[in-house]
Amino acid sequence: MTPPRNPLVLLGPQRRPGLDKVIAGLQLDGPFATITAGWQERELADDELDQHLGGRATNLALWSRRQDVLDRDPDFAAAHRRRGVELTDLQELYLIGVRHTSRALTELRSQTERSERAKRFALSDAEDVLRSLDRRHLERVREINAGFYQATRPHEHPLIAAHRAEVAHLLGQAQAVVITGGHVGELLDALHLFNVVPAGLERLPVIAWSAGAMVLTERVVLFNDNASRGPRAPEVYDDGLGLLHDAVVLPSPHQRLQMQDTARMSLMVRRFAPAVCLPLDPGARVDLTPNGGLPATAPVLDESGNVSTFAALRNVGRMDRGPHEVSEERSGGELRGVTDG
Amino acid sequence: MGLPMARQLAIHRLRARKPLDDNAIDRFLQQHSVPIVEGEKCTFLFRGEADEVWVRHRIVGQPQRVPMRRLPGTSLWFVILELPAGSRVEYQLEVRHGDHHEEGNDPLNPHVANSPVGSSSVCQATGYSVPDWVHPDPEARPGEIVDLTVQSAALRRKSECRVYLPARFRTTHTYPLLIVHDGDDYLHYAAMKTVLDNLIHRLDMAETVVVFSNPGDRTKEYANSVQHARFIAKELLPRLEDEFPLLAKPSGRCLMGASFGAVASLSTAYRYPDLFGSLLLQSGSFVFTDIGDDHGGGEAFDPVVRFMNRYRAQPAKVAARMFVSCGTYEPLIVPNRSMVPVFERAGMRVRYVEARDGHSWEDWRDRLRDGLSWIYPGPQKYVYE
Repeated sequence: MTPPRNPLVLLGPQRRPGLDKVIAGLQLDGPFATITAGWQERELADDELDQHLGGRATNLALWSRRQDVLDRDPDFAAAHRRRGVELTDLQELYLIGVRHTSRALTELRSQTERSERAKRFALSDAEDVLRSLDRRHLERVREINAGFYQATRPHEHPLIAAHRAEVAHLLGQAQAVVITGGHVGELLDALHLFNVVPAGLERLPVIAWSAGAMVLTERVVLFNDNASRGPRAPEVYDDGLGLLHDAVVLPSPHQRLQMQDTARMSLMVRRFAPAVCLPLDPGARVDLTPNGGLPATAPVLDESGNVSTFAALRNVGRMDRGPHEVSEERSGGELRGVTDG
Repeated sequence: MGLPMARQLAIHRLRARKPLDDNAIDRFLQQHSVPIVEGEKCTFLFRGEADEVWVRHRIVGQPQRVPMRRLPGTSLWFVILELPAGSRVEYQLEVRHGDHHEEGNDPLNPHVANSPVGSSSVCQATGYSVPDWVHPDPEARPGEIVDLTVQSAALRRKSECRVYLPARFRTTHTYPLLIVHDGDDYLHYAAMKTVLDNLIHRLDMAETVVVFSNPGDRTKEYANSVQHARFIAKELLPRLEDEFPLLAKPSGRCLMGASFGAVASLSTAYRYPDLFGSLLLQSGSFVFTDIGDDHGGGEAFDPVVRFMNRYRAQPAKVAARMFVSCGTYEPLIVPNRSMVPVFERAGMRVRYVEARDGHSWEDWRDRLRDGLSWIYPGPQKYVYE
């Protein structure tokens, strides 16, 4: 049986920070390891964060460490840059497929004079194409990343090894980890480079929001319906750290998604199923169950594209059996750790 | 029966006032911004002694010299123009005293647009507002402008350029490149440095190195000149890619310009079709003829018309993507609309945007976000605060 994990708390964006209350509620008093790599060059402008953590925070400085590696290890930096270019190409080419398939879905939905059955088949097939594109894309991202790590062997680079050791040491001294939002790509890259999960993240309580919450999942999905250049279909980006299973985290959904377009939201739900879409607006709080499942009151998007709760979603029986249910059955069928701030 | 008082225009309410003396007009002018915008009705005003007064504008298809009427017994002149929502119209007033005609900006209107050929008053019709990203934002970290002098053998002169380096510029990164024709005018009259700072800060636009180039003899160099194209492709671009950390591939290179600057961008890309991945063309002077060569645009347009006619006869893909914008109130709206399907048929992905505006720097400024965020989109999709 999997041992109960330490608390893992996902928060909505912290524009009005409630972090101090969260750590007080969890009876955490530090020291805290903070990860603000998503803030990039402003990573260390973290005074306010430190205040909310009672002045007991140590910033792991992952972005600065990564910059140090890129500045001082030219071979690694060159390989890192080449991988970045290839991943960008891969992402943009995948997006062409996603864009065309999304347009096809829109066109299919507008076919009002066709047989409903034929239309349903066509829509279902196009959605399969979309899911297949997502799956294959992620596989190829994995291949490129695996090739990169195999070729560069970061642990054999003294500078990287030294940074990894320092990060592991700092994590070893921490009572909990706080991961903020920011640039999800930069954050994820820094987390992978310094091996943060085996270095201690999986053993410690984690509080995370926005990009920080996204990277805890198995699969990071990018989305922004309100971009200045117009709405774009969500896109699969990369593997996350895998601490939260079968969930797609959607920070600031009412700001970034056309939530009123339930057909669009519904498509997103079906596209990423069996993972559930977890919208985290400002004020939201989701405490995972001791076995890493979602609590009953976690906000989720249901198949109609509306916001519901995880319990309601489970009750309608839409979900395949996933780790959320398993974890809750193992915890005696109770719906534990339920809070929704 | 007339309209109820509540729905009457301000000028009609004034007319009904008794006594309609100087004090009443003083109060009226203190109470209203000029032109008075009431829905789509815009009341232009002039106060002073004159024999005749006209509003002069350049809205294509409309009488461009509109006479004003004197409010009987007063020194106040007015005319009401209907301007659809979102319009921005530049205008001046022409005043006749006997045989003497004088043209100038509207003394009652503080809104003025500047350009290399002078200034004009601006009527901001209902629904129009200056975009907030045009104004300096203290939160936006400023980029840096550095001077760059390029000795051009092709042009036989020195070319004075400005290079915009985005905030957080690092030599370990690689950046897309944007080359802007009429660069100093874009900086002075379209607030482009501020716009770049803001769009990059707001993640609307990617961090980009922007080079503002400037013409010598503009009508010659920008009207499909082989020398200008050679300067851009063979002198300026290699120098930039040598000195700055640029992506150095077509998808990371864009040429931009307005009016003749758009022709210069298009014709340069036409001569070097594999070099630039994107073009950003504002109010392009894409004048052409379907029959004969009488285009009515004056001598300066002769080489442009020859180029455009040749291009239309044999359209070619000169870049992968094109952002094209034009004001619906300018005469160039017809050629611009006509060229969009031609560009598309040549295999280019075209984003076309119109605005109720004219051939003006503020129009080009107001379209910068649409264009720049489409050409080089910012990392919005990656950032979740």
